[in-house]
Amino acid sequence: MDKVTERELMRGVRLTCVRAERFKTGYLSMTLLAPHTKKTASLNAVLPYVLRRGTARLPDMESIAARLDGLYGARIDPAIRKKGEVAAMGFCADFPDGAFLPGRPDILSPVAYLMGELLLSPATRGGRLRADFVESERRNLIDDINAEINDRRAYAGQRLVELMFRGESYGVSKLGTIADTGRVTVQILTRYYKELLSTAPMEVFYCGAEDPDRVERVVREALSALPRSGEHTLPSTVFGSTKPVGPVRTVREVMDVTQGRLCMGFRLEPPPEGLELPAMLVFNTLFGGCATSRLYLNVREKLALCYYVSSGIDRFKGALFVFAGIDFPSFDRVRDEITGELEAIARGEMEPWELESARRAVVSSIYSAMDEQAGLEELYLDRAILGLRPEPGELAALCADVTAEEVARVAQSAHLSHIYFLTAEGDDAEET
Amino acid sequence: MLKKREYPRIGETIYSGQLPCGLTVTVAPRSGYKKSVAFLAVNCGGADRGVYLDGVRRAVPPGTAHFAEHRMFELPDLGDAMTVLSRRGANANAFTGPDMTAYYFECGEGFYDNLELLLRLVSTPCFREEDVDREREIIAREILMTEDDPEDAMYYALLRALYARAPVREPVAGTVESISAITADTLQDFHRAFYVPANMSLVVVGNQDPEKIRDMAEALIPSGPAILPKRDAREREPEKPVEYRVESEGEIGAPMFLAGAKTAADLRGRESVSFELTAELALGCLMGSASPLYRQLYDQGLINETFGYDFENVAGYSHLTFGGETRDASLVCLKVLEEAAALASRGIDPDYFARRKRKMYGSCIRALNSFDSICYNAAAGSFEGYDYFDTLTALDAVTERDVRAFLAEFMTPERTAVSVINKKGR
Repeated sequence: MDKVTERELMRGVRLTCVRAERFKTGYLSMTLLAPHTKKTASLNAVLPYVLRRGTARLPDMESIAARLDGLYGARIDPAIRKKGEVAAMGFCADFPDGAFLPGRPDILSPVAYLMGELLLSPATRGGRLRADFVESERRNLIDDINAEINDRRAYAGQRLVELMFRGESYGVSKLGTIADTGRVTVQILTRYYKELLSTAPMEVFYCGAEDPDRVERVVREALSALPRSGEHTLPSTVFGSTKPVGPVRTVREVMDVTQGRLCMGFRLEPPPEGLELPAMLVFNTLFGGCATSRLYLNVREKLALCYYVSSGIDRFKGALFVFAGIDFPSFDRVRDEITGELEAIARGEMEPWELESARRAVVSSIYSAMDEQAGLEELYLDRAILGLRPEPGELAALCADVTAEEVARVAQSAHLSHIYFLTAEGDDAEET
Repeated sequence: MLKKREYPRIGETIYSGQLPCGLTVTVAPRSGYKKSVAFLAVNCGGADRGVYLDGVRRAVPPGTAHFAEHRMFELPDLGDAMTVLSRRGANANAFTGPDMTAYYFECGEGFYDNLELLLRLVSTPCFREEDVDREREIIAREILMTEDDPEDAMYYALLRALYARAPVREPVAGTVESISAITADTLQDFHRAFYVPANMSLVVVGNQDPEKIRDMAEALIPSGPAILPKRDAREREPEKPVEYRVESEGEIGAPMFLAGAKTAADLRGRESVSFELTAELALGCLMGSASPLYRQLYDQGLINETFGYDFENVAGYSHLTFGGETRDASLVCLKVLEEAAALASRGIDPDYFARRKRKMYGSCIRALNSFDSICYNAAAGSFEGYDYFDTLTALDAVTERDVRAFLAEFMTPERTAVSVINKKGR
């Protein structure tokens, strides 16, 4: 078993260390947690990319990249994640373990110092972030938002979330909107950056062969310039919608596609305390989350109605999504088959083997994530945001014990809210 | 007995060998992991368009290898092996590339039961006409879906611009038209020709017993003479592309391009590893994120995060590509080719070259974290005749002069074609 230590390094800064010797690399991340709102999404999305452009000591990307190449191709990448209504933003690094390099050099310390430098000591002019960096990263972010359309499946999913959570923070993409990105200025971003540094809680994660005490010393040193004056309240995320569930709305949008993309969004009621996550995970896997799921075996394989069909759950927001690639005329049929499967599960109609396969699939996906450093990082970050007690290994054990009744209860609590259909036929339309 | 070999530089102990039937077995034992992966690769893929049976060549339509992969999971007694594996909590899948078809699973428990199924499924063809007809619909949908992907479309447009005849110019899955000609007999022939033990490679990564794996493979893979299938001769390709510029329109966020050039053909063994490392080092020195050129183009807003480069060596053909979103593809290509010529003639700064080499060293180490990557590369090595776990030795030998020679020979305007997608107004 990996030895996990969790410590508070300074006000609002927590370090999680997973000591594991099986990897060829070390993994380090520093993540600031801030509210995800319409106003802050673009700021959160653009900030790590601006910081990555240059530091006081290494003034451009070329010198940062040269430094990283010298560290045997260590990678430090900006990361922006949306966890419910929490934005998790910062840097993730992975680097070869010194044990496999000529002369066994220490790579952790220089990587941690460079990450600290990127976060805390950016290149500035007159006390502000550099205007040219802000301007070009703002343009890049607008390009990224525009490019979301290139991946039809992800685009359709994002449109569904926007429609379903219109007017709510959760409805905003993690990249924000083009209009809000257009309003980012050097002044606004610099002020926001300084405020974040002094108030946002930070999660530091390390996984690798190093001793946790040494990791702690190195990280403390790397973050010694972090101003820690304000309050560090963990931003909260609300399970469920602030709006009542109204009648189901169907939105069709027309694009030049050869295949239709159908997305359905359901809201979940908050489940009873303590049971929520394991039951949700097993339910989702049984419904549409694996190769023995209802949607895969019945709607895709047996009825041959879709090329792909799967379901996903947002454990932070309490929302269930179904994504399917279908022929345009099959829309009504597929929609009805999908809701039919959900209703059957809600009535408790599931075979013992189905439940057992779903439980096994959830357990092995958690184990599989635990076999990868980035997977472990995500599991521990999710746990920090949700304030959950169980360790990932314990979570897997809880999932193995989920009953048919608990799965049915999750299905009963799902209410269809919105349907989005990306199609090449007809005109854009919205109907209730 | 499998041969045990230590690789102290990368901290690996590898067991490998060839069974009397010709199957290659490679085991990389790993402790401390919950998962194990087994990967059974067949040395055939989308680029194989002819089967030789009983001394006669029969042409098969584009998409045959991929179609066969889709139907291999069907077992006469058990039905769909994917469902069986999935029910047991294993995560199973398969893919078809231009020159490799592979079946694999990842699991925590029940490894040997799952391995048994994996070994059986490749040696038990079960192509029924009605299943084949049904599968055609499913594959047609898959093809339509990828045709909706603008980047895929841009990539294949480039390959068609580069190659005059090589089968790699067509998509691995074929087209809706080409697969309409595939029948149960086509699949049966394809299987008989290519799914022979000498043409397959089993790789296992995980906390498992190498000898037990060997014994199971020997028991479950049909024995027979270890003979490699006959294949079509490689098409001779001119150095220059067929077309220099191809353009299309799509519903995309920003205009993008992919440029490329054919490089060396028919690389084998150690030579192919050395060439691949040289190519990656050359492309990295020229336009990697630490290069002066990258910074210059990025600062001018000509490229963004999406810019990247790649080198592919598949089915006896190799080519380099580079591209990303840009407002001016011609200008980016021009600058890249100018800088390539400049580097080739004036040489590469020794410190810079040493750092780029360190970065490559680090990526070779990092790749060993990924079970999937180990499986793919070890199988490709066994087909191509090199030892993947010895890559660092090949890297040590790559010199600045090799890199300059690569840039001078292959990164020239005469060899380079570009595929552009412009934004269509809605």
